Amino acid sequence: MTQLITTLAPAPRLRIWLGGLLVAVGAWLGAYLHLEDFADTMLAATGLDRGSRFSDAAHFFLYDTPKVLLLLTAIVFLVGVIQTFFSPERTRALLSGKRVGVGNVLAATLGIVTPFCSCSAVPLFIGFLSAGVPLGVTFSFLISAPMVNEVALVLLFGMFGWKVAALYLFMGLAVAMVSGFVIGKLKMERYLEDWVRAIQAGETQSVDGNAMSWVERFETGLGHVREIVGKVWPYVLAGIALGAGIHGYVPEDFMASIMGKDAPWWSVPIAVMIGVPMYTNAAGIIPVVEALIGKGAALGTVLAFMMSVIALSAPEMIILRKVLKPTLIATFAGVVATGILIVGYVFNAVL
Amino acid sequence: MKNVKVLGTGCANCKNTVKLLEEVAKAKGVDIQLEKLEDLQDIMRYGVMSTPGVVIDGKVVHAGGVPGRNKIESWFL
Repeated sequence: MTQLITTLAPAPRLRIWLGGLLVAVGAWLGAYLHLEDFADTMLAATGLDRGSRFSDAAHFFLYDTPKVLLLLTAIVFLVGVIQTFFSPERTRALLSGKRVGVGNVLAATLGIVTPFCSCSAVPLFIGFLSAGVPLGVTFSFLISAPMVNEVALVLLFGMFGWKVAALYLFMGLAVAMVSGFVIGKLKMERYLEDWVRAIQAGETQSVDGNAMSWVERFETGLGHVREIVGKVWPYVLAGIALGAGIHGYVPEDFMASIMGKDAPWWSVPIAVMIGVPMYTNAAGIIPVVEALIGKGAALGTVLAFMMSVIALSAPEMIILRKVLKPTLIATFAGVVATGILIVGYVFNAVL
Repeated sequence: MKNVKVLGTGCANCKNTVKLLEEVAKAKGVDIQLEKLEDLQDIMRYGVMSTPGVVIDGKVVHAGGVPGRNKIESWFL
């Protein structure tokens, strides 16, 4: 079947894709509008009594799992397609020569839509600098790209609603913009490793990025779904199962005294300090976030914890050590951690 | 004989790229000399910003992510 499709001329292949997408969107909407019915039917099929603790937990699981997986698939596909318009080369071209300030805002925003893998962080970093992107602007990108990503946003939206997701988006962007801006103002260029500074402004070979057909863009989107959803679904299931268990059993104010709204002021810094050396992606940390919030922890404290886990990590520091001198790494970690702290306090105060 | 270099710092995608390149070359009966460049300074010399990158006979043909099988086959024609 795939063999057949790939040997067809581009136009019919596009038609197959568009037809397929139309069917998929219809099926998606149908499924999304009947989540409640699905959970009810499944629960009825097991013969459990409604109203018992266990059936409450089971219903929560049966409702949330398909919901989050549906959202994840749709958004990851969409982002995968959007990303084909923003290759790292293109993003760099957009950013080079931009002034500090405007550049920081643009860099943090582009961080959401530019494809990024943590193992590419260093080549990207050098590639940006050698093309004349200011150091602070480069940092804005480097902070935003892993932290504000579609998986984190979808999971937050699915589990806590759009307000929390939107707050996370804006706070994450703000941390990336301001941290990059501060690092730029500190004039830290001399703390780059010498060989990095020696690399001459970019004779980068451009790779066939822009001349993509829509069929290729859709195929990339599908590949993105396979890669991301294929990797994160176990975390999502684990997270929802944990959430379901907590939903049914654990008393709601379990964490309230240490991480709740009325907890001492030092609960936010402690959360960030625990989070920095930890490393996992957004999907891995969301189960923990869900569990903590379910037990009465304050949202700001938990989100600060989550940001520090995703944005700052020991393995990333070790990779960055190849291009940055220790002073600059320490500054980077310090500035970002401070930004996250402020976000934690603001969230706790506002909500 | 084609000289093929894979640029990457050793993440899972880079390993998959090497494996796929070997597989396709073997299936097509193309003779290749495969090298892996893991040193950052070597990688940067090719101006590649997103790894894994693929260089064939000194020319960068791909950067960022595991290349698709179709794409690899087109290099080995």
